[in-house]
Amino acid sequence: MYAEIGKAIKERNKSAIQKCALEQIKAGADALDINCGPASKKPIEDMPWLVEIVQEVTDKPLALDSSKPQVIEAGLKAAKNKLIINSTTADPEKIDILVPLAKQYNTKLIGLTISAKGIPQNKDQRLELAATIVAACSEHGFPIENLYLDPIVLPVNVAQAQMKDILDSINEFKIISEPSPKSIVGLSNVSQGTSVRSLINRTFLVMAAASGLDAAILDPLDKELVDALISAELILNKQIYCDSYLEAYRKK
Amino acid sequence: MAIPLTLEKWSGKINTVTIGASKNSGGTRSLEIKIGGQEALPFLFAEGKLPCRPQVAFEIWDIAPTDWPVELTKHYGADLNDPIEWAKICVEKFKAQILCLRLQGAHPDSGDKGVEEEAKLVSRLLKSVSVPLVIVGSGDDAKDNLVIPACCEAAKGERCLIGSAVQDNYKTLAAAALADGHNIIAESPIDINIAKQLNILISDIGMPLERIVINPTIGALGYGLEYAYSIMERARLAALSGDKTVASPFICFVAQESWRSKEAKATAAEFPQWGPERERGIAWEMITATALIQAGADLLVMRHPEAIEKVNGYIDELMK
Repeated sequence: MYAEIGKAIKERNKSAIQKCALEQIKAGADALDINCGPASKKPIEDMPWLVEIVQEVTDKPLALDSSKPQVIEAGLKAAKNKLIINSTTADPEKIDILVPLAKQYNTKLIGLTISAKGIPQNKDQRLELAATIVAACSEHGFPIENLYLDPIVLPVNVAQAQMKDILDSINEFKIISEPSPKSIVGLSNVSQGTSVRSLINRTFLVMAAASGLDAAILDPLDKELVDALISAELILNKQIYCDSYLEAYRKK
Repeated sequence: MAIPLTLEKWSGKINTVTIGASKNSGGTRSLEIKIGGQEALPFLFAEGKLPCRPQVAFEIWDIAPTDWPVELTKHYGADLNDPIEWAKICVEKFKAQILCLRLQGAHPDSGDKGVEEEAKLVSRLLKSVSVPLVIVGSGDDAKDNLVIPACCEAAKGERCLIGSAVQDNYKTLAAAALADGHNIIAESPIDINIAKQLNILISDIGMPLERIVINPTIGALGYGLEYAYSIMERARLAALSGDKTVASPFICFVAQESWRSKEAKATAAEFPQWGPERERGIAWEMITATALIQAGADLLVMRHPEAIEKVNGYIDELMK
């Protein structure tokens, strides 16, 4: 799917990208992640173009996904939909640019619990990095309830021992401050390199939901995945049951 | 130091349903009544917009009711025998802004009035009074499926509120209301899961969710009022949190339940310790209504002119 999108970006084929956006919304997506992909030679031009053409077909929030702050800024300037900046790390050089931008453009912000020192190895390191990001947001006057902390999900076949720490982190992010920051995961990483990706994604997502997860970046066209998440919300009493609850959720 | 109130932030909104079509909207009503539109729980003005006040509809029947206590019937007198006169007295004397016509006489056990006769009554009523109308069937599914579509057609373009669609019988009524430009009542038996399911079923046949009013079914004071209250509150909380499938205004048939209670209709001779029946029935209808208003009721169907006057005064006070 994403190889086709890369090709469409290169050829400025807007209908292919718009079609993909609409399919994802129809499947239940609340927001769309906009990423130029690794093949993009000129992300600073591709990002605003993508934002504009997706906005032509939907007013759903857009997550501007890039590791380069200037690419995100190019997207911010082109956008009129609600926005999510994806993402800052716990490094001051990122935070000091992106948090003020998020405040200026009134966007939500994803904060990865990662720093130049590397990927966190346990729960305490995750919480420490999370607290760094929360403190920086407070300093800049950015509303903490608009911050989404990402505990960094690692592939289960690489870091099996860390899975429980990741789930516990999601739960404990909530007690870092009042009001609480929210949580988010980039889901598909958990199954990277495994042979049953969809089942592992689905299982992890339901467990994360039970740990209090607020949002996930995932493939909404994986129907079984989304159905499992909707059912998890039902079990958690976040949705009112009715016989057509799966359909009802997608009508939202 | 004053402690600041903790205010809730809501993401959802109740749909606004318009009942009655004026000339500008292609009908002949002298006013249009809007219900719903809330962005917060009842009367919490600091938390969100509450653009529409709860409304009270006077209930009238196509036949003279046989089981209404004297305390209720005496205000309408002989006019109970003629729905047109009955309607006029509500509008002219008691200043009703909206009427609810119950086609009880169409029920096979209450006279079995014909389809054409009921449709003609609706046409005449629309000519005789200019307020918006709620029209509900007799509750006999088979008969309602014949009578209601004919009445919908007779009232075409007047944007009435038509009822009642239930889980086992919604297609014909909802399709008729849809075709002739009316709104529909979705009735569930004090059951949040069925209320939600029915809204989905009705919207699946093409009726916009924005034209559905939920009848959650209620109990009077002492007869399940709290249960109805909790169901309405739960639906409202879900709707304000973003669940569009339950974001409908509520219609509550207050009089039907409260005047059925023993406390409302028993005579003072039977229960001297309960006090005069003149006050009891009114109080029962009023208390049931005011409690439901706090649960989020948008349209209350009531009978006693004095109870209605007092409830309207209560609403005015709360909307200040």
